[in-house]
Amino acid sequence: MSLPPLDRLPNPIRPAFTEGSRDGSVIVNIGPSHPATHGTIQIVAEIYGERVLRTDVHCGYLHRGFEKECESHTWHNLIPYVDRLNYCSALINDFAYCEAVEKLMGIEITPRCRYLRTLLAEYSRIADHLTCIAAALMELGAMTAFLYLVTIRDYIYEHLADLTGARVTYSYGRIGGLACDLPDGWLERLGEILHQMDTFTGRVHGLVDRNRIFIDRMRDVGVISTAEAVNWGFTGPILRSTGAPRDLRRDTPYLAYAELDFEVPVGIKGDNYDRYYVRMREIDESAHMIRQLVDMLPPGPLCVDDRRCTFPDKALVYSEIESLINHFKLVMEGPQVPPGEVYSAHEGANGELGFYIVSVGGGVPWKVHCRAPSFVHMGGAHRMLDGYQLADIVPTFGSINMIGGECDR
Amino acid sequence: MDAAAFERVRERLAGIGGETAVSHGVLVLEIEPERVTEVARALKDELGFDLLLDVTAVDWPQREPRFDVVWHFYTTRHFVRVRVKTRVPLADPTVDTLITLYGSARYMERECHDMYGIVFRGNDDLRPILLYEGFEGHPLRKDYPKHREQPLVPYRTGPEAKP
Repeated sequence: MSLPPLDRLPNPIRPAFTEGSRDGSVIVNIGPSHPATHGTIQIVAEIYGERVLRTDVHCGYLHRGFEKECESHTWHNLIPYVDRLNYCSALINDFAYCEAVEKLMGIEITPRCRYLRTLLAEYSRIADHLTCIAAALMELGAMTAFLYLVTIRDYIYEHLADLTGARVTYSYGRIGGLACDLPDGWLERLGEILHQMDTFTGRVHGLVDRNRIFIDRMRDVGVISTAEAVNWGFTGPILRSTGAPRDLRRDTPYLAYAELDFEVPVGIKGDNYDRYYVRMREIDESAHMIRQLVDMLPPGPLCVDDRRCTFPDKALVYSEIESLINHFKLVMEGPQVPPGEVYSAHEGANGELGFYIVSVGGGVPWKVHCRAPSFVHMGGAHRMLDGYQLADIVPTFGSINMIGGECDR
Repeated sequence: MDAAAFERVRERLAGIGGETAVSHGVLVLEIEPERVTEVARALKDELGFDLLLDVTAVDWPQREPRFDVVWHFYTTRHFVRVRVKTRVPLADPTVDTLITLYGSARYMERECHDMYGIVFRGNDDLRPILLYEGFEGHPLRKDYPKHREQPLVPYRTGPEAKP
């Protein structure tokens, strides 16, 4: 039985091509629910034998109207939403969003908050890179390496749950500060986890770095040049894997990065192996930064003393009328953000995570736009897929680390 | 960010024309909609803004022209950001595409078309990207009814439904 062409079926997408470009080529549909795509993404590919001739990448299956929903909630209420953008490193989203709002309000956060945010952002970056590498390795059959890495990731999740009360989506950032200070013994446990992580990532290096199967699958697959990566808007580990040492933490330092000693690891030719290695090295650099930050962490208040955004102490809310009114106003009307617009970018685990925020004054944003690295990376993903084998889609896609939450918003 | 480079870019940006300002560390350039390609080419070729970060729009329903179309550029040499803004009316929400200059414009213009209905003249691929075929309206416009039910993609029935 011959099927009608793809564009004649009821279909949520319209493929860019429905006919093969040469004799004997076949058009196949991969995803959106496919065990090897680890992300809800649909790839319509023209293949000739096992070779991918061209691809048409579709996203949007996880679209949930993040930006629309933001326009009818107060500034504070958005924090749980931004958590769910890149859910592998939710704290980075929190801090990027909070910083954008703080810029509009003209708030300077306290030193303790600044260092703690930097520390937690790096900690989240480690968790994100561990997830990415673990999943990519598992898809190539390296189950042991996967278990080593997610063991550490789980330690990190449990450890962050001690601090924030949640494993994945923390809602821990606050405009002008953070939800709560570190519990007792948190920094000691942090040292233990980093120590164990060094052991486990060392084992993964030993297992896969010089492994013939791994190298054959990763080296010279999904190659992209610096010029091409910049043209397609790539940032983060993908851009660095091409040899360009571009990192917002170094180039336009924010939070406490200007005071830290760290390297920006780069790759050689921008293939899957380089992307793997850049992420592994970034984990080391993040651990190095965290160790410096633990020593630098100053005492003092966590939240700014500003009644426009910081919630009053709960005991005062119950005992004096000014704090009660203040609390009520902050919850019901939201923090009053002056009119203006701001674009603020942080180095997310996958690349430049930017928030473009427009305020017309009042407690609710006029517009919140998230510049999500994953979405932009999907726009150029075909450059890394076309011309390689069908099976190469799996490791290449894994090394791009598309996160549906921020890609589809 | 290099302060000297920032000043240099700012001076040369004033030469491009349009209104320039600095907002929270970002250079802002407001231009006429006809000059989008010209300005983007100058930014890329003369000032080195090689990364197109973002394309989006802002809806001001009470204002005429109604939409702001907003681009963010970044230079990987001087680490300076610039925001280019232009205004387009509801009757003809059209600006020129930047796909010939920046590959990344493809997806981002599709998203902006999805969400605001901005038409990018010269971009032949404005298929839905975050929405789906058959979605009606542009959800980020302020007059979009949020609780509206959208048509569903029909189930496949008949012989073509079988594998």
